[in-house]
Amino acid sequence: MNGSLHLWLIPLLPFAGFLLNGIFGTRLPKALVSTIALLAPLAAFGVVANAAYYVYTGGTLPYTETLGSWINAGSLHIDFSFVLDQLSLTMLLIITGVGFLIHIYSTGYMAHEEGYWRYFSYLNLFLFFMTVLVLAGNALLMFVGWEGVGLASYLLIGFYFKKTSAADAGKKAFIVNRIGDFGFLIGMFLLLANFGTLSFSEIAAKLALNPGWTGGVLTCIALCLFVGATGKSAQLPLYVWLPDAMEGPTPVSALIHAATMVTAGVYMIARSHAIFDRSPLALTVVAIVGAATALFAATIGVVQTDIKRVLAYSTVSQLGYMVLGCGVAAYSAAVFHLMTHAFFKALLFLAAGSVIHGLGGEQDLRKMGGLWKKLPVTFATMTAAVFAIAGFPFLSAFYSKDAILYAAFQHGTNGKIFWAVGIFTALLTSFYMFRLWYLTFFGEQRDKSLHPHESPWSMLGPLTILALLSIGGGWIGIEKFGAWLAPVVGEHEVVNTSGIPELGFSGIAVLVAVIGLVIAHVLYSKQNEKPANLATSLSGPYKLLLNKYYVDELYNAIIVKPLMVISRFILEWVVEFAILGGLAWLLAGIATLAGAILQKWQSGNLRSYAAWLAAGAAVLLLFALVPWTNVLANFGIHLNWAGR
Amino acid sequence: MIPVSWYLLLSAALFSLGICGFLIRRNLITIFMSIELMLNGVNLSFVTFAHQWHLVKGQIFVFFVMVVAAAEAAVGLAIIISIFRARGTLAVDRIDLMKL
Repeated sequence: MNGSLHLWLIPLLPFAGFLLNGIFGTRLPKALVSTIALLAPLAAFGVVANAAYYVYTGGTLPYTETLGSWINAGSLHIDFSFVLDQLSLTMLLIITGVGFLIHIYSTGYMAHEEGYWRYFSYLNLFLFFMTVLVLAGNALLMFVGWEGVGLASYLLIGFYFKKTSAADAGKKAFIVNRIGDFGFLIGMFLLLANFGTLSFSEIAAKLALNPGWTGGVLTCIALCLFVGATGKSAQLPLYVWLPDAMEGPTPVSALIHAATMVTAGVYMIARSHAIFDRSPLALTVVAIVGAATALFAATIGVVQTDIKRVLAYSTVSQLGYMVLGCGVAAYSAAVFHLMTHAFFKALLFLAAGSVIHGLGGEQDLRKMGGLWKKLPVTFATMTAAVFAIAGFPFLSAFYSKDAILYAAFQHGTNGKIFWAVGIFTALLTSFYMFRLWYLTFFGEQRDKSLHPHESPWSMLGPLTILALLSIGGGWIGIEKFGAWLAPVVGEHEVVNTSGIPELGFSGIAVLVAVIGLVIAHVLYSKQNEKPANLATSLSGPYKLLLNKYYVDELYNAIIVKPLMVISRFILEWVVEFAILGGLAWLLAGIATLAGAILQKWQSGNLRSYAAWLAAGAAVLLLFALVPWTNVLANFGIHLNWAGR
Repeated sequence: MIPVSWYLLLSAALFSLGICGFLIRRNLITIFMSIELMLNGVNLSFVTFAHQWHLVKGQIFVFFVMVVAAAEAAVGLAIIISIFRARGTLAVDRIDLMKL
């Protein structure tokens, strides 16, 4: 197969959908809006599938498509180039595939919402930028997608912009992401200064030519890029935007804030792994941040009462796993977990959305309960996802999480600590997911005023497909998946030095999952006083967790408030009052003064005008009749007008 | 023959009388007449010089001045009448709506 793969169509089709719905959406009938919105990702998925077929039939990778030259300045050349390799193909399949399912789901979920067309045009815009991000062959083009998905995320979080909390959450997400983007930008400048190019393949080639080049500036670049990743992938300390992003519609949370966009940071680290590999220090930082985030977010997730917030903290925690995987150089395990996470977390969010939809917008876990009879399909699919994320055997996350933890354990001296943190997080994960599961579906319905009803098939269909993927998504196994990704992320052989067989690790992981299930079962399977008693006996830590470690308050006090005070001062007193106000007052003063003097002439008295007229005529006459030049010459003054 | 200076003196006297009347009198119609007087004083100078230099330009200019004066009288009198109707007076120091 020699024909072009037309990679440019992958981003452009959703962009066309965005333009059509964005410009004409108000005037189009709803059915046409849905058709356009669904066709765009479906067609993009078709192009991706064609590319996958090309690979399947033995096409050579990486396949590069250069659409034109973007920047040509001196020795700097940046092209619009799209690169298809094993990593970007995997990501594209996830993005367009899961993206398409979530588009279908949205037609049901958003059916009665105002701004239906606006929602779908934003969603298509997101797919456009996300595919650009993934396909980009150089860091700058990736940055375009990177910023673009941030924009789409902002627009969709603030979709219910009439709600102040939603508008604020959008702003928060955008601003926090900008902090990360700053790190990405600095990293790019350092890349330019040290490599003279931003193309990933050229950078990797240059590094391969200098095997002795480690640490130093490479650590600096890696850490800067990682700052970008912490922003986008919601790691400590920049994770604060993701829980608030749940203000957006639930399918958005599923697509952008769980399955695709937030994994961009992990993707970026995997993509530029050549740099990270040369800096053990940077990798250690990445691993520590990942492990800390995983544990930190999981502990918060344990006490949250909003169904979407639990999932949001769970997402942060799972992203921590992926980053930990990158940090121990197990990139293929990280991407493997990224893929399975995309399936089961999208499913969790969509199922939660189905519950919320069925309850008419109620998100509080304390009001749910006993829903398994009323929402059977939602219950069945959610169960698959909950068991998957908890790490039960033969479900997708069992394979991917284990791969990360196994690699972490074998990684150097700190590896065992990372593994211990990871396994404890797995316990917490299992506990809070089963807590959510029990509170939602079992026991008695606690708020009797709600009338749950099952969602339409446009929503249940995607749920079912994702449930199958959540179950079977990991069956390929890390060995095969690692071998598939090896040409891109390199071979990182995990050597078992501990003497414990790999099966032993899996056994421990399954054991903690079961423990989590048992604890949740004891506490939450029936209406009882145990959780409340536990909360009172541990009121200190409980309060700390319920208030999310007061991180938002802390950031508010040490960053936002001082910044606000300073900018208020500068804006209000220096700029507004002193500079602009001063200038305005000065101009106004001149005009007023001139007016005060000149208005004496405008007496309104006809005879005074006549007198001034006569006086003016007399002065002119005097000027014309008296030979001034001669008179002045008598006083020794010689006028020289225009050279005469 | 009467010297030219006599004519010019008469012309200057008429013009000055016009100015004085223009500045001093209060009645709008009198002021208007003073303006006519000034115009005629100027006309007299034009005619004098035209006669002195045997040039017809001065005479032609006088006709122009007369035409303008006639037009001005027509417009001016119309304005005066409407002012009188509106305000019931023609005393200029009472017509001071523009005063601050």
